[in-house]
Amino acid sequence: MTQHIPAVNGKAYKANLEVFAATLERLAASDKQIIAVTSDSRGSGKLAPYGKKYPKQIVEVGIAEQNLVGVAAGLASTGKKVFAVSPACFLTARALEQIKADVAYSNNPVNVIGISAGVSYGALGSTHHSLHDYAALRAINNIIVVAPADNYETEKAIELAAESPYPVYLRFGKKAMDFLKEDNSDGFEFGKGRIIAQGKDITFIATGEAVLPAVKAAKKLASEKNINATVISMHTIKPLDTDLIKRVAANGAPIITAEEHSVYGGLGEACASYLLQNGIHNPFKIVAIPDEYTVTGSQVEIMDHYGISEEGLFNEALKILGA
Amino acid sequence: MTNEQLKLKSIEYRQKLLTCIFNCKAGHTGGSLSSVDILNVLYNEILNVSPETFSSPIRDRYIQSKGHCVEVLFVVLADMGFFPESDLLTMNQYQSHYIGHPTRKVKGVEQNTGALGHGLPICVGTAIAAKLDDQDYKVFTLLGDGEIAEGANWEAAMAASHYKLDNLCAIIDNNKLQITSTNREVMNSDPLDAKFESFGWAVREVDGNDVGALKVLMQSLPFEKDKPSLIIAHTKKGKGISFMEDVLKWHHGVPSAAEYEQAMAELEAAKAVILEEQVASLVNE
Repeated sequence: MTQHIPAVNGKAYKANLEVFAATLERLAASDKQIIAVTSDSRGSGKLAPYGKKYPKQIVEVGIAEQNLVGVAAGLASTGKKVFAVSPACFLTARALEQIKADVAYSNNPVNVIGISAGVSYGALGSTHHSLHDYAALRAINNIIVVAPADNYETEKAIELAAESPYPVYLRFGKKAMDFLKEDNSDGFEFGKGRIIAQGKDITFIATGEAVLPAVKAAKKLASEKNINATVISMHTIKPLDTDLIKRVAANGAPIITAEEHSVYGGLGEACASYLLQNGIHNPFKIVAIPDEYTVTGSQVEIMDHYGISEEGLFNEALKILGA
Repeated sequence: MTNEQLKLKSIEYRQKLLTCIFNCKAGHTGGSLSSVDILNVLYNEILNVSPETFSSPIRDRYIQSKGHCVEVLFVVLADMGFFPESDLLTMNQYQSHYIGHPTRKVKGVEQNTGALGHGLPICVGTAIAAKLDDQDYKVFTLLGDGEIAEGANWEAAMAASHYKLDNLCAIIDNNKLQITSTNREVMNSDPLDAKFESFGWAVREVDGNDVGALKVLMQSLPFEKDKPSLIIAHTKKGKGISFMEDVLKWHHGVPSAAEYEQAMAELEAAKAVILEEQVASLVNE
């Protein structure tokens, strides 16, 4: 529950990454089977305090992502609850074969933790961006793909991942994330999207750090245009909550998907595939990073540039509604 | 087992794996034959694992990194009683679990392997877990010599010595041939001993087709306290069959009916020699 999350700098929320580290620390206190595996990434993963507190529950492999995932698989095969932590860009590209073979195919239930995901690294450039991870991992059997949106979803996702009998991929960004809503009594489970707001005119289906801009765009649409939007946090990209998509699509209102990922192979195409194959033909738009040399800038600047923002999603909604 | 019994066992395994490959018309013949004696000694003399103890958390682990030589592994696992030998008649057939690389759907297989360079990192993780849990089970892997070119091996080799994993033993089936040509021509990995020693491993070399020597060596594990052990097993690709030994095309060559007959006859003859020697030594006593 959210009361476990300590406030930082007087704020009630912080980066999902920090919540990940705090949650892991809390779980590790009572569960000695929890092990973090890092590739010189404990600093970037906010795990330095964890490492100091639980030196027997962290394994450092150095800057070697392939070995990181292989070692994690070996540890998990003995019953350890393993969190393999590394920047998403390296983890899901360089070590993709290890995720595919050692983790997913062999069913060693490693929690593959992609930190500083999407364009979190901003101006460090495309080497450090992960815009391919949903696409790559969606095409691999036996791994759950999750991008929690806020601190609550992050904490719940870590708790579930620790007990998951199957491999899980979780990705987080670096920036502080406001809570999506105050009342989280609807709960959180993998494969079940969360309804953050309900409205009849348009539906936003977003994931990870793209959910908050969708929530803000929905508020702006309501206050400035009297347009009422449904907002779904589709934290689990695979398996996709197709029941929920079907339900929210039933009124025929346009659907806009939003994600910090390539337009190819991510949440948007997953939704499109489901809708088209089931004869559901609502007006539909994918807002994501286009297939081009990514613009340079900070995470916020890049997301603003491609319209994965309050303003961008507000404008897309007006466009698709012809308003 | 006595050395003679182990030798006879190796002949039996060679016959069975050739039969398996002949029946399903596919397989990695040369590398399976070169590593028969290693698996024979491991499973019959060294590993603390059996069908009854396979789910025990303290069993020894064998993870075959050179997964393509699956025929030898399946034949040995069947002999250990993990599954009936007749299961191998389904090898490579539609919906069979017995396919061209090890999978955990087959009882006795620890990890799904086949992509090269994956076994050693998994073994490092498993061996670290043993240390963390204060357990004394051992972790073994078999690597191909061509496989050594995969970079992940060297990431894992570094970590194994960093964590002082003297409960880990890697064996290189050094048959000196890979699919294209000799290792030396494709990508020279020599000197393997100096490379691993410089990474902090305790290295020993052995005739990898000599069951007696393998047994003595493996019984002396770990070679040095606080160091991972490497066995460079000098083997012959296609070992035991005159026309297959050191011949490149048998990497994944499938014998014709005539070749199969000849191979089986050669193995029968080798068996007869061992049995005659046994009789002679009994008479002399």
